[in-house]
Amino acid sequence: MHKNSEVLLKIRNAQTYFPVQKGLLKRTVGHVRAVDKVSLNVYWGETLGLVGESGCGKTTLGKSILQLVPVTGGEFIYNFDGEEKDLRKLSKEEMMQARKRLQIVFQDPYSSLNPSFTIFGSLQDPLKKFGVKSKEERKRIIGDLLEAVNLHRDYMYRYPHEFSGGQRQRIGIARALSLQPELVICDEAVSALDVSIQAQVLNLLLELKEKHQLTYIFISHDLSVVEYMSDRIAVMYLGKIVELAQAEDLFANALHPYTQALLSAIPVAEVGRKRKRIVLEGNVPSPVNPPPGCAFHPRCPYAMEVCKSRVPELKTYVLDGKEHQVACHLAADKVGAPAKSRQAEVDSNATN
Amino acid sequence: MVYVDTILTVDNLHINFYTNNRCNEAVRGVSFQLKKGRTLCLVGESGCGKSVTASSIMRLLPPLSRIEEGRIIYHSEQGDIHLHELAANGPEIRSIRGAEIAMIFQDPMTALNPVYTVGFQIREAFLYHTKMAKAAMQQKAIELLRSMRIPAPEQRVNEYIHQYSGGMRQRAMIAMAMSCNPKILIADEPTTALDVTVQAQIFDLMNDLQKKHNAAILLITHDMGVVAELAHDVVVMYMGVAVENGPVEEVLTKPAHPYTSALLKSIPVLGQSRSKKLEPIRGSTPDPYNRPQGCQFRPRCDFATEKCLQEPEACSVGENHTVKCWHWEKVLANA
Repeated sequence: MHKNSEVLLKIRNAQTYFPVQKGLLKRTVGHVRAVDKVSLNVYWGETLGLVGESGCGKTTLGKSILQLVPVTGGEFIYNFDGEEKDLRKLSKEEMMQARKRLQIVFQDPYSSLNPSFTIFGSLQDPLKKFGVKSKEERKRIIGDLLEAVNLHRDYMYRYPHEFSGGQRQRIGIARALSLQPELVICDEAVSALDVSIQAQVLNLLLELKEKHQLTYIFISHDLSVVEYMSDRIAVMYLGKIVELAQAEDLFANALHPYTQALLSAIPVAEVGRKRKRIVLEGNVPSPVNPPPGCAFHPRCPYAMEVCKSRVPELKTYVLDGKEHQVACHLAADKVGAPAKSRQAEVDSNATN
Repeated sequence: MVYVDTILTVDNLHINFYTNNRCNEAVRGVSFQLKKGRTLCLVGESGCGKSVTASSIMRLLPPLSRIEEGRIIYHSEQGDIHLHELAANGPEIRSIRGAEIAMIFQDPMTALNPVYTVGFQIREAFLYHTKMAKAAMQQKAIELLRSMRIPAPEQRVNEYIHQYSGGMRQRAMIAMAMSCNPKILIADEPTTALDVTVQAQIFDLMNDLQKKHNAAILLITHDMGVVAELAHDVVVMYMGVAVENGPVEEVLTKPAHPYTSALLKSIPVLGQSRSKKLEPIRGSTPDPYNRPQGCQFRPRCDFATEKCLQEPEACSVGENHTVKCWHWEKVLANA
């Protein structure tokens, strides 16, 4: 459970639409709804897993939180030591200061480090920006950071091409930690690594979390990795969150048909565990022109009439005393009426 | 020891790459037998030589590489064919390639030709390997696409590859590979670029095809989950060496090589949550130009001793289960 049920980041109705332009005059002919009305809370000290297939908007959501992409609408309320501010409404200077608290580890360790800088060169910029004036001091900090991610401190004088993929990813993690952030977004941080290296980086991330009391948003398409890392998991489909629950509950008790299919599709490295696999027909529809109603209905084996016309809302249900959010018209039939959500409580507390 | 139903034997294969005046021994002693109607998985990390092994069977190795030693024998209905002796682009191998042994590549976007229609590329196989009439070829191509569950195949057959989605491209490539009912299908990481739900569709198809045509499948993957679900037999590779070889139940439940055992402990298994902490393998894979002496896994191995400075020989653990490790008994006892 959460060490602290305090909310660090509250996302309300986040929308990130990318315009689709056509022709000589670049007329906007439509929008890719990469993130479509997403609301969720990130609690202090937890790891929130974000899973989904490619193109479902999980990376865009991560980048929207950091304001690295132009966000179309919604609120990103961040808890600055008790003071709640919307990241979208910060001035440029304030946002720059806020970046100290929000960091990201990118997917591709090969393209996220500048090849013409030494590691020291790449890692010293944020320190310079945030007031570490003396070069000796910067060297000491970077040396300590490299040691924290199990690399030798002399490696700071080397160039990125001298490192293996796993080492580069650890440098990426060291960079993210250099300003002692509160929230680290790990965007497919281990996807590019070989399995034997992947475990090293995953365990390192877990250790660092304990040591520095970090909060993670862990984005990955690999459900087994997300399960290993996360306290809570949100499943995304076509820009929307379709299910959000405690990691154990999600695996034991998936309520959304998409989550069920996703779980059953994952090959498990255990012999003799023959499970019934739900094979979904067709492909993920285009986010430019999503199907009406529930976006999953064309592939859903249980689709009803109502699914074709009405968009299901993300509602909170209580299962064995634990909260489980799901956006499906059929969920109420399975588990009873939705309960008053904690999110709603948090909202009402905030307004009081 | 050749079984009646063995269709391909690879015996002590060595392949070297010559670049920049240096020699990379990419494959250093790989042996396995592929059997009819069964799936053999070659599993290992990137750079371990699994793709090189696969392309050597098709004789598709790049120009700077050479089969140094070992044999690749295809047990065809007309008798044994020594694939390693054939000229790399000669008429014999070309009559086998695509007809008797077919291959599916990892990235369908680069493996398929963007300037020809999908239908043309499927028909090409018939053109070389059969004496079909043109209309019949087109008909067969449509049928193949339909059997791959591609919607509206009559229309799709005349489309180009960029009009297909990732999963459909891979299915088109399988259609192409299956066009002449090959006896052996080599699939080189066929689903690595795809989403899991699409991966499930592809595996479903491959299973159906295997049952229908009794084809032998050589599947190359780095995903132990895929191995557990699809393989009958498995060959684990590390730095060009086939370190362990055996039936999948034995290798995954009773791994006799320290690398296999460590690999299985280092991957998260769905549904176990955090009850089990991952045990990473220390260090990283060695530079292929600066290999450790003796057993390749020695610098990362917990069982390593003086003896490991000599290259281990293949030891038999059980029926059809072999391992290249001096200390396999200790590894088994320790599991």
